[in-house]
Amino acid sequence: MAETVQPELTLGPLLLHWPGAAWRDFHFRVADEAPVDTVTLGEVVCPKRWPFNRPYLEAVIDRLQRAGKRVVVATPALVGNDHDAALVRELAGHGLPVEINDMAALGLLQRDGRPAEIAGPGVNSYNEATLRHLGQQGVSRAVPPPELPPASVRHLAGLSAAGSGDLPALEVQAFGRWPLAISARCYHARAYGRDKATCQYACANDPDGLPVDTLDDQPFLAVNGVQTLSHAYACLAGELADLARTGVRAFRLLPQDVDMVAVARVYRELLGGDVETSAALEAIQQICGAVALANGYQHDAPGAAWFEA
Amino acid sequence: MSATGPELVCPAGTPAALRAAVDAGADAVYVGFRDETNARNFPGLNFSRAELADARAYAQARGTKLYLAINTFARAGDLRPWRQALDDAARIGVDAAILSDLGVLAMAAERHPDLRLHLSVQASAAHPEALAYYRRSFGIRRAVLPRVLTVDDIRAMGSQTDVEYEVLVFGGLCPMAEGRCFLSSYATGRSPNTVGVCSPAADVRYLERADGLVTQLGAFTINRVADGQAAGYPTLCKGRFKVRGEEAYIFEEPSSLNAASVMRQLVAAGVSALKIEGRQRGRAYVAQAVAHMRALRDAAVRGEPLEAGDLAGLEEGARSSTGAYRKDWQ
Repeated sequence: MAETVQPELTLGPLLLHWPGAAWRDFHFRVADEAPVDTVTLGEVVCPKRWPFNRPYLEAVIDRLQRAGKRVVVATPALVGNDHDAALVRELAGHGLPVEINDMAALGLLQRDGRPAEIAGPGVNSYNEATLRHLGQQGVSRAVPPPELPPASVRHLAGLSAAGSGDLPALEVQAFGRWPLAISARCYHARAYGRDKATCQYACANDPDGLPVDTLDDQPFLAVNGVQTLSHAYACLAGELADLARTGVRAFRLLPQDVDMVAVARVYRELLGGDVETSAALEAIQQICGAVALANGYQHDAPGAAWFEA
Repeated sequence: MSATGPELVCPAGTPAALRAAVDAGADAVYVGFRDETNARNFPGLNFSRAELADARAYAQARGTKLYLAINTFARAGDLRPWRQALDDAARIGVDAAILSDLGVLAMAAERHPDLRLHLSVQASAAHPEALAYYRRSFGIRRAVLPRVLTVDDIRAMGSQTDVEYEVLVFGGLCPMAEGRCFLSSYATGRSPNTVGVCSPAADVRYLERADGLVTQLGAFTINRVADGQAAGYPTLCKGRFKVRGEEAYIFEEPSSLNAASVMRQLVAAGVSALKIEGRQRGRAYVAQAVAHMRALRDAAVRGEPLEAGDLAGLEEGARSSTGAYRKDWQ
C-alpha cells in the first residue's frame, strides 16, 4: 500500500471558447480565490481561438504565479497540421512545464531540446509499459484517458506512488465534462450550418458547450468545436478519498460555466477531510444546477452512469 | 510504393476471408488473434495461433504479405495477452505487426527487434513529427494515417517523413481521430481501445414504437427511422440527435468511406499502401471489395480513367463519402 500523501488539486485547461476578457477574468479570479495548486493554460481544442487570448497570457501567468500557483501550458489534443504544430511550439516557448496530448508534440519538444512534464488525456496512458516509456522521456505526470478502468487506475497509481521504475505520477479528472472525442471536422460550425473554414467562431455562442440531446430528449453530449464532451459533469467526490489512498497524486478540475471557485473549495475541503461526502455532493449538485453528474467510469460502467456514494 | 503502385492491404476476419482476399489479388492481408488484443474483437471472428500459421503458409505461397493487428491498448497489471501476441507474431513469422499502444510498441521493439512494425490507425499519428517520434523510439516502418487528413495534408507528409504511410480507402468511416474516441465507453462501458469493440452489438436494442423503429445504444436513443428506411449498423457517431432544436446527423451521416474518386490524387500523394477496412465482413464482401479496389488502383497508377463501378451494395446505409480527404468535409 502506497503512503498516503495529500494530493494536489489542478485546474485543467479551459476546453471551451471564452474569448478575450472573459478568458482573462476567469483566470484572474482563479488566481485570487480558487484553492488549487496548479493552473493549466493554453488552447487544446482549436488554434483559431488562440489569437483572442494570447494578448492576455502574460498578465494571467503573472497573476497566477504571484498568487503562488504553479502554471503549466497544455498543447493541442490533435496535432494534424502545421497550425497545430506551431501552437505547440509557441505555447512551449514560455518556459513553463508543458502538457502534451499528441505524440507529435513530444516529438517537436524533443527536437527543440525541451522537456514534456505532463502527458495529458490524449496520450492514452493505459498501462505500466506506456507509463514506463513516458517516464523515460522525462514525463513526470500522466493524466489517463477518461475511460481507464478503475482497476487500472488503482494499479498504475499504486505502482507510481511506490516509486516503481520512476513511473509518472497519476492525475485523475475529478470534475467537469469528459473530453470524449476529437476530430478534424468542426461539429459546432456544422450545427450552425457552416464549416470549419467559415465557422465565424460559432463555439463562442455556447460557453458551456452546445448541448446534444437524444431524439427522446435525454441530455447526452456537448459539442465544443472539433471536440465532443460528455453532457454530464464528471464528479468523483465520492471516489476521491479511495483514489488518493491508492496513490493518485493529483485531481483535475476541468472548467465549466459554473462557479469554479466554489467547486474548487468543495474539492479542497474533501481532500482535507473537512466535509462529509454527502454534503460535498449536495454542494456540487447545487453549483451545477440541472446538469447531471457522472462517475460511471470509476465503477466499471458506462461513463455516463451515476452511482450514489 | 512498388512498381505496380501502392500496396493493396485487405482485411480478413476468418481463414475463408483470407483465402478470398489472397485469391482476389490482395498484396497484403491483415488479421487479428481471437482475443482482446485486436480492435475487431467480435464473436466468431479472428484467428487462432494454428489458423495464423496456416494463413502464413497460404499467403506466402502466393506472394501475399500477412500483417497481424495487435492494436488495442494493453490492460494495466495484465500485459500478458499483448506480450504473447507479439511473441507469437514473431514466431509464426508475420510480415509486420500493426500496433498502437506506446507500451506494446516498446515491448515489441525490445523483445523482437527484427519484427517489422506498422503504426495502427488507432494511434492517430496525424503529423510528420508524430511519425518521426514513433520511428526513432520504436523503429516503425509504416503508419496508417487517421481518417482526419485531407489529400493535401497527406501529400505534404511525403516530403517530411521517411516513414511509409498507408491510408484507408474503403469501408468504415470514423469521423473522430481513432484511438482518442471514448463515445462508445461513455454509452456502454466498452470501447475500441480497451476491448476492441465500438458501439457493441450486445448493447444495441431496437424498439418498435408508434413513431418508428427506435435504436438505443446502452441507455441512449441514437436514431429513429420510419419503417422500411435503410439503416446501417448503429454506430454512435452516425446516430441522429437533437441540436439547436433540430434533429440531425450531427457528426456524420450513416455512410461508409469510398475513396475511389480521389484514388488518383492519393496515389500521386505518395502513399505506400491503400487499406480496405472490414475484418468483420464476410468473404464475399472481401473478394468483391478487393477485386474492385485493385482494378481502381491499377487504373490510377496507369493514368487510365477510373471505372467507378458498383460497390453500392457493399456500402453501409447505401451511401458513401470521401470523408476527410476533401477539405469541405471539415
